[in-house]
Amino acid sequence: MKMHKRILAFAMVSLMLILTITACGSNQTPNAANPAPSSQGGEPSSETPPASASDKTLRIFAWNEEFQSRFNDYFIKPGKLPADIQVEWVITPNENNAYQNKLDAELRNQDSSDNKIDIFLIEADYAAKYVDTDYSLDVKADVGLTDADLKDQYKYTQEIVTNTSGKLKGVTWQATPGLFAYRRSIAKDVLGTDDPAEVQKYLSDWDKFNEIAVKMNAKGYRMLSGYDDSYRTFANNISAPWVDANDVIRVDENMFRWVDQTKDYTDKGYNNKTALWAPEWGADQGPEGKVFGFFYSTWGINFTLLGNSLAVPLAEGGKAEVGNGIYGDYAVCEGPESYYWGGTWICAAKGSDNIDLVREVMLTLTSDAATMKQITLDTEDYTNNQAAMTEIANSDYQSAFLGGQNHIKMFAAAAPNIDMSNISKYDQGMTEEFQKSFKDYFDGNVSREEALENFYTAVIEKYPNLKKPA
Amino acid sequence: MDEKGSPRKKSRSISYGKWGYLFIAPFFLAYLVFSLIPLISTFYNSFFERYMVGLDLIGPTFVGLENYYSLFTQGDFSKYLSNTFIIWILGFVPQLLVSLLLAAWFTDLRLRLRASGFFKTVIYMPNLIMAAAFSMLFYTIFADAGPVNSVLMSMGMESPYRFLANIGSTRGLIALMNFLMWYGNTTILLMAAIMGIDPSLFEAAQIDGASSPQIFRQVTLPLIKPILIYVMITSLIGGIQMFDVPQILTNGNGNPNRTSMTLVMYLNKHLFSENFGMGGAVSVILFLISAVLSLIVFYSFTGKMQRGGNKA
Repeated sequence: MKMHKRILAFAMVSLMLILTITACGSNQTPNAANPAPSSQGGEPSSETPPASASDKTLRIFAWNEEFQSRFNDYFIKPGKLPADIQVEWVITPNENNAYQNKLDAELRNQDSSDNKIDIFLIEADYAAKYVDTDYSLDVKADVGLTDADLKDQYKYTQEIVTNTSGKLKGVTWQATPGLFAYRRSIAKDVLGTDDPAEVQKYLSDWDKFNEIAVKMNAKGYRMLSGYDDSYRTFANNISAPWVDANDVIRVDENMFRWVDQTKDYTDKGYNNKTALWAPEWGADQGPEGKVFGFFYSTWGINFTLLGNSLAVPLAEGGKAEVGNGIYGDYAVCEGPESYYWGGTWICAAKGSDNIDLVREVMLTLTSDAATMKQITLDTEDYTNNQAAMTEIANSDYQSAFLGGQNHIKMFAAAAPNIDMSNISKYDQGMTEEFQKSFKDYFDGNVSREEALENFYTAVIEKYPNLKKPA
Repeated sequence: MDEKGSPRKKSRSISYGKWGYLFIAPFFLAYLVFSLIPLISTFYNSFFERYMVGLDLIGPTFVGLENYYSLFTQGDFSKYLSNTFIIWILGFVPQLLVSLLLAAWFTDLRLRLRASGFFKTVIYMPNLIMAAAFSMLFYTIFADAGPVNSVLMSMGMESPYRFLANIGSTRGLIALMNFLMWYGNTTILLMAAIMGIDPSLFEAAQIDGASSPQIFRQVTLPLIKPILIYVMITSLIGGIQMFDVPQILTNGNGNPNRTSMTLVMYLNKHLFSENFGMGGAVSVILFLISAVLSLIVFYSFTGKMQRGGNKA
């Protein structure tokens, strides 16, 4: 008996130990701030570069591996990285502001640091925060890009990172106009056509969009998946920034149009009550989904939507081809309103000791037409070069995932409509809290007024300098 | 040993006292560095306005008690306080009852439970899981399209029950997790207390014809009172500090409508803007609440026990 107990105890302890160790292992791998070894045979990135050799180390801050793969494929691979330079990646996930907190702390210590940041990446939602400070360098005056280098980039991608005194503080390799991605099979069933031009006629403004939602519901489909799906289309079309000159929060009328539409859809069952990035939301985009469409921008279509549409995921050996899940069943159209979503900008950090190299990176990855075109052809991403994109748009380029549609053409048409004039440094916090607070309203737990109150409370917690409108 | 020894003897005696001080010094040093200094600086910081707006630091400006004032007038401090207590009580009451029952069973000599070592291990195991992982697990299990809803739907429910969109079920889930995580720990503590009771007292009670419930109420309960107080105070402090379980389960929002936002989650909200002034004020109030409640619990129990102890 005693022996059994011992064996049992030993077994349990070892089981727990194994579980603990394996759990830690799998947790740490994706989060580790260490660079993935470059598989492209480029310069091996070093984890602990000698502190004194800061000028021989290109230190890059990012929140995911997207830029890393662009950098490896289109900068290191063509041999543009000098042999004596090491690349150090500091990758911190975005969740709960972790990336910005780490970046902020290091930027503030940049002057005294032996290991200076050379490049950091920023997103549209908080670009203004970094653009308005001296921590980011002027791309033209300090880094040395010329107007000729930048002429083919979309105006809006520059406006968003231009500070109040007119200085350009960053550049990006992608433009992110948004479209409405819909299921061809459902369109055929309900609307009688799956042709993007025809479908667009049914969705060309919000009134028509709402009418189609009724039709979808009648046939057992849902127009949208969750509460936040149409958020960006409304939020990008506000008439003034979220915060006015006196630090007073200003909720635009257009935001209430989103609230009212979503509440209406929720109560009538036109959406599936999911939240952005939730597993249910992802499932709605897959073979089992009954949802007509999703608002998605460039990156969302070829990375997120494609991945979710497969019955056998890529990680489990599934192939991205027709026959796997609903690959090929999606198509894109302009939708009721133009908008953008996301995007990553490259900034040069103040105090960087590798300015020449940073300029090379910016030139190659954001201005070089040949590189930009190749990125689009390889990844279906939409890149920030109007000449290259027009060329692909006018070619016979086809996306197999979108049933043979040339979506680059559609993006090329949508990109000039992007308006980022009302962006503020509070956008990320505002978006998060607005979506969270009104989720309670959609769920039926609070009234619209209470949800708005909760929004003010949460935002002032985040930004203590802001004030509630009187 | 003898203090009044002869002068000669005294000079030769070795003072072991200094070794004692040397050995306890690390603790006091650690306490000073990691507890006392932060505690004082928290108090100090709570009188300042200091936060980040983007990359710009606002302050620090001395504002006196303004942080405390705005905490009680602007924030919903009392709401978060009552949330914390409701969730704590929801979890603590069943925890104490179940633990008492289990402890009584495991220590009952007449029941002769088989494999009690196995059960003790099993009930303790949830405590070994990281609270965050446990919370993630519940988040997945009780999701709208999670396994619990699949079971409910297969049993004939029309639409999934949205656990995390309803106040009662969200609070209930947090309480359930706290219960599951801590009842094993409490059981072990109570068992130790019960096993420390002189068995002759139980025998005497049996010979006098007392029934099992009578023995439990009249003998066991009064004698494990010190441990009950300990359990009560530690659980109370743990309850006031409740953070990781609701934070992960509700994604840091305390939804729905901030009804499951605990005080420490509220404190955490101020970290976003490095608002050390407000954060300090919340911490100081938390400290005071914990101290006052602990004292109340302690004196209300020990007062009675002291009298009982004197009689015995």
